[in-house]
Amino acid sequence: MSTETSTPKKSNEIVATNVGKTFGAGPFAKEVIKDCSFTIESGKLTVMIGPSGCGKSSLIQLIAGFDHPTSGQITIGGKPITGPGKDRLVLFQESALFPWMTTWDNVMYGPRARGEDVKESSEQAEFLLRKVGLEAFRDKYPAQLSGGMQRRAELARAMINKPEVMILDEPFRGLDHMSKELMWEYYASLYEEDRNTNFFVTTDIDEAIFLADRLLIMTNLPTSTRSVIEIDIPRPRNIEDMADNERANEIKTEVMTLLHEEAMKSFSGGSKAAADFLDAYSKRVG
Amino acid sequence: MNINNFKNNFSTRATFRGLIAIVIFIAIWEFGARSQDLIGYRVPFIGLIPPPTAVMGTWSGLVVDPSYWQSWYMSFMRVFTGFLVAMVVGIPLGLYMAVNRTFYGIAFPSFEILRPIPPLAWVPASIIFWPTQEMSIAFVTFLGAFYTIVINVLGGARSINRQYLQAAQSMGASQADIFRRIILPATLPSIVVGSAVGMGITWEVVVAAEMISGGGSSGGAGGGLGFFIWSSYVGGSYEQIIVGMISIGIAGYISSELLRKLGGRFTPWLKTR
Repeated sequence: MSTETSTPKKSNEIVATNVGKTFGAGPFAKEVIKDCSFTIESGKLTVMIGPSGCGKSSLIQLIAGFDHPTSGQITIGGKPITGPGKDRLVLFQESALFPWMTTWDNVMYGPRARGEDVKESSEQAEFLLRKVGLEAFRDKYPAQLSGGMQRRAELARAMINKPEVMILDEPFRGLDHMSKELMWEYYASLYEEDRNTNFFVTTDIDEAIFLADRLLIMTNLPTSTRSVIEIDIPRPRNIEDMADNERANEIKTEVMTLLHEEAMKSFSGGSKAAADFLDAYSKRVG
Repeated sequence: MNINNFKNNFSTRATFRGLIAIVIFIAIWEFGARSQDLIGYRVPFIGLIPPPTAVMGTWSGLVVDPSYWQSWYMSFMRVFTGFLVAMVVGIPLGLYMAVNRTFYGIAFPSFEILRPIPPLAWVPASIIFWPTQEMSIAFVTFLGAFYTIVINVLGGARSINRQYLQAAQSMGASQADIFRRIILPATLPSIVVGSAVGMGITWEVVVAAEMISGGGSSGGAGGGLGFFIWSSYVGGSYEQIIVGMISIGIAGYISSELLRKLGGRFTPWLKTR
């Protein structure tokens, strides 16, 4: 696929090449990422899905620049990532709203920290809070908001910075199913508005297929890319329609098969007894 | 609404119970103290102390005595001076130890060796190396609050959720901004707790220091509540000892309440939990 001619914005494609990450050294070394390569295309919503505990969060720390790979390299717009930058914004698994600031001050944190024009960013903040349905809660502290509201406030806080790349680490994990679906719609409509580069990590297949332009499926530990699927379902998507969308179901089956294989590997890899059994069995048969 | 009603109900009930308890306590005290006259048998311990009515009598005489209020004033001044200096020195020290590894490595071991030394063990040394007795009392009071404040600030600043820092960083905040708007407010609850505990220790220390050092250079009249108790004991006025004790209780309560009010104003988000 060559999209080079049609990219409207500055390219901020993220390319990971043979990335490896090992924690610790010697006999206690734990290899979390191994020879992992993938591309997060500019102006697309790329979703990464993989078995839980497979090192996706470690990968996010690397892309965000909070940590460095042991081997290989990650580039953004052609330049290697050396540390955190405001071109990449991370939305974490647990709420990282500042408890000592009201919703409003949380949303306004980024523009104020960078010393941007207050009037313009206030308008933007008001727009975003309306968009995520929190305009009545602007003077509340995070502890006064429900889990879903906190995630929405956080989405607004991230969006106001107009990040070239937004990185989301299982942002809707732990929400009940209803609020989760609501969050997908909020998030998708915000994404469709400006179509910046988004990188979204999840373990939820429905979430992945509903949101993604491109879907990266990861292997079990140590993580690498298992396969890439283009989700060619037109936007805006509708949650009810997705259930009977043939293409969506086709993709879902495919993803489930791949993930099941990876999950099984984790089972035999994790349990010595099961591994021995498989080994003995294969010898007898062979 | 219901919950608020319940809360109000609860708090008025709790106040009521508290008042009843105090009344019963005073009644038992009064009876115990007069037991010799009333039943011809002296109740152990309570029988030896003056009854509350006698204490109140002495107290009403003292209320119009300026030297009694001078004692209050002296102790309050010492507590607040020591406490304020402890905050002014302790908070930045704790914060700096938390954010700077090198400084932490240099300062923390010495700090930890000095910390277990009780402030009162410093009394003789501080009398020697401070020029006036007033300053040595203030110094010992300062030590009482200082260690608690530093340890709390350090602990609070070190346990900040790493994601707050990463989130601020990725939104383009400068180091100064992160310190001012993330590290400082995140540490505020620990500062408040450390101050409240420190304030309690300050009162303990000031009273003991006043007793040991003889109440400062200004002599008996300006000796503070600790010296007030001590001189009452020497002078044999048992009623006055108890007046002094209750006065310290009230003074400590006022200080803590002020601090709680002030702390609550600085940490409004904690009230919403």
